[in-house]
Amino acid sequence: MTTQAVRAMPETTMIAVEHVRKAFGPVPVLKDISLSVPKGGVLSLIGPSGSGKSTLLRCLNLLTIPCEGTIRIGSHAMRFGRDHRMPRDRDLAAFRSTVGMVFQNFNLFPHMSVVRNVMEGPVTVLGQGRDEARDLAVGLLDKVGLREKADAYPDRLSGGQKQRVAIARALAMKPEVMLFDEATSALDPELVGEVLNVVRQLASEGMTMVLVTHEIAFARDVADTCVFMRDGFVVEEGPARQVIEDPQQAATKAFLSHFHKAAV
Amino acid sequence: MNYEWDFSFLLQYKGLIAIGALYTIGFTIVTAIAGFVVGGLIAVARLANARVVTIPLLAFIEIFRCTPVLVQLVWIYYALPIVIGVELKPATAAFIALTLYGASFFAEIIRGGIASIDTGQWDAGRALGMRRAALMRRVVLPQALKRMIPPLVNQVVLQLKNTSLLSVLAVPDLLYQGQLITSATYKPLEVYTMIAIIYFIILFPLTTLAHGLERRLAR
Repeated sequence: MTTQAVRAMPETTMIAVEHVRKAFGPVPVLKDISLSVPKGGVLSLIGPSGSGKSTLLRCLNLLTIPCEGTIRIGSHAMRFGRDHRMPRDRDLAAFRSTVGMVFQNFNLFPHMSVVRNVMEGPVTVLGQGRDEARDLAVGLLDKVGLREKADAYPDRLSGGQKQRVAIARALAMKPEVMLFDEATSALDPELVGEVLNVVRQLASEGMTMVLVTHEIAFARDVADTCVFMRDGFVVEEGPARQVIEDPQQAATKAFLSHFHKAAV
Repeated sequence: MNYEWDFSFLLQYKGLIAIGALYTIGFTIVTAIAGFVVGGLIAVARLANARVVTIPLLAFIEIFRCTPVLVQLVWIYYALPIVIGVELKPATAAFIALTLYGASFFAEIIRGGIASIDTGQWDAGRALGMRRAALMRRVVLPQALKRMIPPLVNQVVLQLKNTSLLSVLAVPDLLYQGQLITSATYKPLEVYTMIAIIYFIILFPLTTLAHGLERRLAR
């Protein structure tokens, strides 16, 4: 097993990534990535497609297993590398249950009603009773403005509604951290706002979050820190407003110039 | 050509025919269930992605899928006892052959159904902290089973038709009884027509039910 104290770290660090490397076969995707997010911090990850930002995000909840390095979320740490065995299914599941994730394609369970989708984690993973889980789920649906859709099936919802259900489903596990993997990229433009509003609300409530996004204005306004990645490296990292409005690195400037033409 | 059709003589054989129908239906049900269970185990084992396991299973599937059931019945009844040194009753040999033959098809139907579920569903379940077995049971199988229904019913229909081969081992299924009646009456046209009608009466409701289910689950 790989859970162990990583090294002395400030109490307030919620996410710590140290020297993470990942290759798919011979293709390196992440090349020695280190970063950290304090409790309540919001980090936005931007970069061109293929830069490794989604892979990095998936490494944070171990949907993708790093080849080397350490991932720590709250008090759970996992270390990877030649000297460490592959974590077992049970340990992976325990680690992931503390991290909520929202996907580009929603990935709601189509055979379950909206409220059942939200109840699924608490019931199956945490062993909560149905009544308790239902109350929790209805409360969360209320929070994302979808209480009246509780008994609908996902195929009856718009993309924005689906994504808000997906956020409620992740929140039902009372995660320490929320990850958003291009959560608005599959949405029609007029539906983006309703999802971003929910994310903004979570930020104001002090949820620790990592956002992989193409919404540059959002990355600037909601995140405290912004990381620009390219080719598996962190190119630039700093306060979100500074990185996006006044980037220091040529690669960051080149990438952001595509967006400045549009309204940022 | 004028042939006098006369089915009335069949009434006196109704006992034999009833036994035959019971054997046919019974063998279908038992071997379909056993084949589904064995096929399901094979499918799950194949998903494990360990070559030590998957290669022998693939070999098993292909051998049973790509050779005639008739030959498999003969192998298992005549050749297997020589290899393992145990005498098999015809019904036992027939059960083994039809179960394994069915299992080889069921395994592919089930594996295909599971593999057809979007990887995003696995991601979503894992991200919630679900373990593999729970994910399979709660998320993947309920969706996969829906997609499997049409090919599964199809396979059960074939399974029933294949029981007609049991007559080679003198298992008294419908066809075997028909052969007995034919040899006593010399009226094969009536006898075999009746057998076809009984098959149809058994199978048509089943395929109709499958269509209905498919429509209802398509939602």
